[in-house]
Amino acid sequence: MEKRTDKNSYTIIFAIAMVLVVGSLLAYLASSLKPTITENQRLEKQQNILYAMGINNNEESSAVFVSTEEAPALFTENIKEQIVLEVKDGKIISEMTRQEYMDANNGQEPYLIDIKKQKTLAKEGQARKLPLFVGEKDGKTYYVAPIYGKGLWDAIWGYIAIDENMVVQGAYFDHKGETPGLGANIKQRYFMDDFYGEHLLTENGAFKGITVAKGNADPTNKDKTDNEVDAIAGATITGDGVSAMIKSDLKLYKPYFDNLKNAN
Amino acid sequence: MGLLSKKDAKLITDPLADNNPITIQVLGICSALAITAELEASIVMSISVLFVLGIGNVVISLMRNIIPSKIRIIVQLIVVATLVIIVDLVLKAFAYELSKTLSVFVGLIITNCIIMGRFEAFALGNGPWKSFLDGIGNALGYAVILVIVGFFRELLGSGTLLGIPVLGDPIEKTGLYSIGYENNGFMLLSPMALIVVGIIIWVQRTRNKALVED
Repeated sequence: MEKRTDKNSYTIIFAIAMVLVVGSLLAYLASSLKPTITENQRLEKQQNILYAMGINNNEESSAVFVSTEEAPALFTENIKEQIVLEVKDGKIISEMTRQEYMDANNGQEPYLIDIKKQKTLAKEGQARKLPLFVGEKDGKTYYVAPIYGKGLWDAIWGYIAIDENMVVQGAYFDHKGETPGLGANIKQRYFMDDFYGEHLLTENGAFKGITVAKGNADPTNKDKTDNEVDAIAGATITGDGVSAMIKSDLKLYKPYFDNLKNAN
Repeated sequence: MGLLSKKDAKLITDPLADNNPITIQVLGICSALAITAELEASIVMSISVLFVLGIGNVVISLMRNIIPSKIRIIVQLIVVATLVIIVDLVLKAFAYELSKTLSVFVGLIITNCIIMGRFEAFALGNGPWKSFLDGIGNALGYAVILVIVGFFRELLGSGTLLGIPVLGDPIEKTGLYSIGYENNGFMLLSPMALIVVGIIIWVQRTRNKALVED
């Protein structure tokens, strides 16, 4: 005799019931936890930006953020301005202050701009928004720019702090799903610290970016003007992704810094 | 183990050695290759699999009499995926830092063949308690291999253990490095994990001839 569970009608009913149960369970959970998760992500962005400009609780060799409780206060204290540039075909077409941007976007803070979405807009030939966070610490000005690209498996992103001459003053990288122990090490101190002091421009002022280079002759990274940092063994594609996002995203800020220099 | 009958205890101890999921059943090799470049990643992955396999086996075992056999693989897949996503969401909301470390492993757990393999081979035909023990046992067997491979790959590949330098500083040439020792960068690449697993299989089968197939 055919078992009850072998019948086609039973199979179909079971499948429908299971999809309904699992689907509504996950949907309920996802929507009820969403506010907490969004808040966590918002704080993380503040922590990331602060980290890039050197405000962190770093221990000897590990990267540690400021705590989530301190982050909002430190963020308002140290980030003096959030500029939003609008860029099309490599040219700046408008510049907004934080207040102007918030007035035009229902009070959304510029640091919450979705970089991925903006990159897609640029790819479609439209104007993209380019946030730049101006921080001040110990009398020094930091310009923190978000970058976004792809690694081996999934998205990678980060924040780079630079000074007026486009020399790196701090870097933070993160990833969604790079291989643990290999590509995932882009968020380790030893990799991020290598970027400190590296020049984004060549000697004659053209934009060159920073290449994560394999087998370069400078593994201790003493030469800061070679536009290279040492790669992570076994993480070629993730490293190439880091180089590519630095080149493509930070290049867009070049006109802003040119203007800044000419104005002085 | 006074708590467990001899038969139950065997469910835990067998997968640790003579019926090890990686070296004997050859399941879960993909994740063993992918994430064992560092000891820490191996340990995190092992704990995650322990959790998912223990609970997943119980859930499948409880459902075993109502699962239609025609779509049982899909049902198993949905159970693992749901479990993992629930854990991921809860961690994201209440332990954000931890979830960042674990999020990388989510995809690897869902597609881990050990989990599907134990659901299919054991939980579908046994009660929840036995299935739970089987899940724990196999996850531990998986963990043992992962930790061994992770230990050697991190030690020989980067000269560190759990991120702490144990052989000296390769750039400043201190410790072992002062007498000309070099890290073997090859160890960080996946093929070397396969070779380490191969060596473990070799050692295991030399010691226990019963495991050698003709």
